[in-house]
Amino acid sequence: MPDFPSDLRYARTHEWVRVEGTRATVGISDYAQTQLGDVVYVEMPEIGTNVEFEAEVAVVESVKAASDIYAPVTGQIVDTNDELDNAPEIVNADPYGDGWFLIIEMTGDELSNDLLTADAYEVFCQEEDE
Amino acid sequence: MPFIPHTHADKERMLETLGIASTDELFDEIPNEILCDGLPNVPDGISEMAMLRHMVQRANNDSAGICFLGAGCYDHYIPAAVWDIASRGEFLTAYTPYQAEASQGTLQLVYEFQSMLASLTAMDVANASVYDGASALAEAILMAVRVNRKSKSRRVLVPASIHPFYLATVKSIVTQQGIEVDLLPVEDGRVPVTDIDLESTVAVVIQQPNFYGVLEDTDALTTKAHDAGALLIGVVNPMTLALLKPPGDWGDTGADIVCGDGQPLGIPMASGGPSFGFLCTRMANVRQLPGRIAGRTQDKDGNDGFVLTLQAREQHIRRAKATSNICTNQGLLVTAATIYMTLLGPQGLIEVANTCLRQTHLLVEQLTSHLKVTKRFNSPYFHECVLDFGESTTELQQKLLKHGILGGHPMTGVIEEGEHAMLVCATEVRTAQDIERYYQALVNG
Repeated sequence: MPDFPSDLRYARTHEWVRVEGTRATVGISDYAQTQLGDVVYVEMPEIGTNVEFEAEVAVVESVKAASDIYAPVTGQIVDTNDELDNAPEIVNADPYGDGWFLIIEMTGDELSNDLLTADAYEVFCQEEDE
Repeated sequence: MPFIPHTHADKERMLETLGIASTDELFDEIPNEILCDGLPNVPDGISEMAMLRHMVQRANNDSAGICFLGAGCYDHYIPAAVWDIASRGEFLTAYTPYQAEASQGTLQLVYEFQSMLASLTAMDVANASVYDGASALAEAILMAVRVNRKSKSRRVLVPASIHPFYLATVKSIVTQQGIEVDLLPVEDGRVPVTDIDLESTVAVVIQQPNFYGVLEDTDALTTKAHDAGALLIGVVNPMTLALLKPPGDWGDTGADIVCGDGQPLGIPMASGGPSFGFLCTRMANVRQLPGRIAGRTQDKDGNDGFVLTLQAREQHIRRAKATSNICTNQGLLVTAATIYMTLLGPQGLIEVANTCLRQTHLLVEQLTSHLKVTKRFNSPYFHECVLDFGESTTELQQKLLKHGILGGHPMTGVIEEGEHAMLVCATEVRTAQDIERYYQALVNG
């Protein structure tokens, strides 16, 4: 069973976001990494890029698919996870921890209502499976 | 399952589902004025015998004469074994099979081809080929823009000394994607190293040797492009790399992307095509490289095997966001080129390149000993050279043809005052007697 930590918010496109102050850390959910299979590459944006909510910011590539990652918040990219360059498998091993993708310095402090709580996201994933 | 994909009934059903009356309605968005309304003088069908007679006649129109033409397509000797082997049933297919890994022999051949091209260009990785040299350059430019994200520019600099067909192809493919193509002016047939403005440029293209046969100062231009934050794309003739410095070693840092046309490697001139293009790069850029890539790996028992690798770049997985949706590999021609390179080996290629160089220089010396003929440029050249003949080349070509000589590529409209100039080329198949015959034809008119 995939894990759905309750302190995070989730996008329907399977990104998670953890907000600390104005900084939002973004990754992909445990459910998403299971669906993708072995992650072999993550294409990161340039640090300093401004991104809009729901804009494409990164690409995650597994042995069988490549998927776009969408920004769950509006702001500026201030950090990306360089560790994934050499060890993309961390995304599979620890999606909510060391497998984080990038950090966005948010321009607003409100999260979109379109972002789901852990419970709602879990239901959403179950529906996707059916 | 029948091999005719759509029966009449299938088509009717599809049209009904789409709610349209005819297949033509699918193409309604194409403006009428660019549609070709039937082909005049082309009958719907003729007998095999009539067709063969027609084609032999047409082919004969094209094959007469001792060839001093180059301009991107070269008359090299192709050992008989090349096409004998390439025409074997196991190889004689235009594509990588769709169940790629079931065809280990094909994949191994592609892998060997990539290794040879990477070695010739001194780059890390090559793809399994694209249509031709011109489309390879267009793909290289699109790729450079994707790779060089630090540069906010979408301006690409292309020298005026590039092959004009390449420039036309590049313009039709990349300008539609918001990429600006600016020409680098040339002096004495080559790009001057000083005095070029590289401000706000995402990539610089250098062709070596360039369309005029002239050698560019690739070391200085590569270093200069990199200093300005631009990527350097090299367009090369693979045969010349047996002698010239490979693009991977140009300047302090080497080229970033290298492309070109593979025709010199065992592909017949065949009235100008088909040919194949190649595309090489650094490992850091491999995910932006379009086209198929064969890789070597091991199976679960530890045996060596070959696969198509890094497929997430490709259109069957990434769809609209693939690195390219307008490329495929030229399997059969790549097979011939791989056999050609294998048969010649590095030493054989060096000998071919050396002979081309020597014969062209002999040709130029002999023709310019005729008072009316002069070299257009003083810059160093490889196996092609632009000569001014002191008369209209339209008539000169006809005169030479009467002596059985294809005198060269006319430069009208390509360079300033090109009406009297031709690009001449002598490969390893042109003998001293051939050259003497050209000279005598000029003298006797």
